[in-house]
Amino acid sequence: MVSPTTERLKPQIDDLIEGRHLGKLHKPTGEKRRAVFRIWRGDDSNGKFVDYPTEVTDGMVVLDAVHQIQAEQANDLAVRWNCKAGKCGSCSAEVNGKPCLMCMTRLDQLNLDMHVTIEPIQTFPLIKDLVADVSWNFEVKKKIKPFKPRKKTAEEEKVGGWRMKQEDIDRVQEFRKCIECFLCQDVCHVLRDHKKHAEFIGPRFLIHVAALEMHPLDTEDRIPELRNNHGIGYCNITKCCTQVCPEHIHITDNGIIPLKERVVDEFYDPLTKLFRIFKPGKGGNSA
Amino acid sequence: MTRAPVSLPQVALPDNQRGFLQTKRTDTWWLFPTITLIYFAIAATYLTWAAWQGEHYWYSGPGGAQYLSPIYSPVLFSDSTRAGAAPVEHSWFGEWPSWLPKLLLGFIPLTPALLILWAPGGFRLTCYYYRGAYYKAFWGDPPNCAVGEPGFRGTRFRGERSLPLVIMNIHRYFLYAVIPFIFILSYDAIISFIFIDPETGSHRFGIGVGSLVITANTVLLASYTFGCHSLRHIIGGKKDCIASSQARLTAYNCVGCFNRWHMQWAWISLFWVGFADLYIRLCSMGIWSDWRIL
Ligand code: SF4
Ligand code: SF4
Ligand code: FES
Ligand code: FES
Repeated sequence: MVSPTTERLKPQIDDLIEGRHLGKLHKPTGEKRRAVFRIWRGDDSNGKFVDYPTEVTDGMVVLDAVHQIQAEQANDLAVRWNCKAGKCGSCSAEVNGKPCLMCMTRLDQLNLDMHVTIEPIQTFPLIKDLVADVSWNFEVKKKIKPFKPRKKTAEEEKVGGWRMKQEDIDRVQEFRKCIECFLCQDVCHVLRDHKKHAEFIGPRFLIHVAALEMHPLDTEDRIPELRNNHGIGYCNITKCCTQVCPEHIHITDNGIIPLKERVVDEFYDPLTKLFRIFKPGKGGNSA
Repeated sequence: MTRAPVSLPQVALPDNQRGFLQTKRTDTWWLFPTITLIYFAIAATYLTWAAWQGEHYWYSGPGGAQYLSPIYSPVLFSDSTRAGAAPVEHSWFGEWPSWLPKLLLGFIPLTPALLILWAPGGFRLTCYYYRGAYYKAFWGDPPNCAVGEPGFRGTRFRGERSLPLVIMNIHRYFLYAVIPFIFILSYDAIISFIFIDPETGSHRFGIGVGSLVITANTVLLASYTFGCHSLRHIIGGKKDCIASSQARLTAYNCVGCFNRWHMQWAWISLFWVGFADLYIRLCSMGIWSDWRIL
């Protein structure tokens, strides 16, 4: 016998089983409405916000609207994009002041009764309109010591490759999800407000270092550089980088803080130093 | 401290410095830092005030309850002349000694709480979560993400790279100092379930609301402490091959479990430690009466 409750919920349950609830939850109504986009036009030395009113539907993302404006009203509007799927990291911008990927920001998340502000990311030189020059990042990456795996053991030689535990790899795998959108670099106040580009590599590269440093095979020591040249001490763990990361990498908790702890081991903790004297050859962060 | 010359590439930056609190954000970005500011300020004020009282931190109920306020635990010396002070047999080293002044500089009272609170206080002050939170809420550094900072800091910003904030690296030492507190507070929680019969003097198991308040406090403080980032590092995070020892991996995952909610534990345990003190204080002053459940 079917209980009355089950009877009453049957339509919903059927929807759930057949996946129709997804359509019900997110189904765009297709209704058109007008929205105004206030977009930065120009370069560093000369530019201003220009308002573009346009027709939008609620299934659109910000990048769709920008493309529509580009097609219909401003053919010379510069915008960088590639995948439209949140995977290439090209379309970074600031929408209503929040660093985000334009292709992953739905219009139905925004209040369209007010104008929507779209600006380029702020931490790097602007080329034109929404396109910033992020090449500094690629130069910084070259300054980080590359992966240096240990020698294979005799057994590993026999089986043809290194052997690692899945759990150890999972930890560094998180950092490898990075799509280099540089939104974290954009929002980090050390770069954004304090302009420490000459002394601070920024959250993106701190997790790059973390991915290498915590790798079970890696033998390189990047900790002294991290403190002396790469400025990890500038980070005051305010977690803005973590908040904007489209890949939901726990940049601060899993990357930066564990690195800061390794810096403490090597530079600020007399006890660990003492242990090292009695245990020569064993680095604190080695296997 | 000598540092190798800076080797990062240079970049010609736009002159787009935003003024203090300037932002294009349209959400209520100011709300959470403001709540944090008010909450931390109230908590710090109450706890400091309570630590300075030196009385009504112990409750011996008519039913034989023995509750000790967590901010006074452990009691190293007890000044039994004060109202609501812990009985001398509950203090580690007995009566307040004559060599230890009761007033510092003639006007700052020295209480049992002040003898021990430097440890949990320093632990919270240097906690990675609290640091990030109060740099934002109290210093506006930054006021919130993508919101302009006060102009005076500008490129002079030093972060935690040099004095004074480089001191924060001491955090793990505070961790070592507070771990014994968890055991001491567990002991307090256990004795809060032991009631002394006022007539016969015999000990009996019982449960009062106070027992639950004290036990919850211990659980919350332990959950906060065991989620510490420094602990996570020491217990396994510092190794690249954590999984080469199953025990280490289990311990690391266990700390990681608490660590994921570190902020939440920090908030709740901060409230509860104040509330537990308030509860015992008001019971001890006779304003509230402790309800005996069992
Ligand atoms: S946590 Fe550190 S790296 Fe991340 S945004 Fe804040 S200061 Fe920058
Ligand atoms: S860490 Fe996240 S925010 Fe930073 S560049 Fe990578 S994907 Fe983007
Ligand atoms: S276009 Fe590739 S991430 Fe947006
Ligand atoms: S990091 Fe918060 S207590 Fe150690």
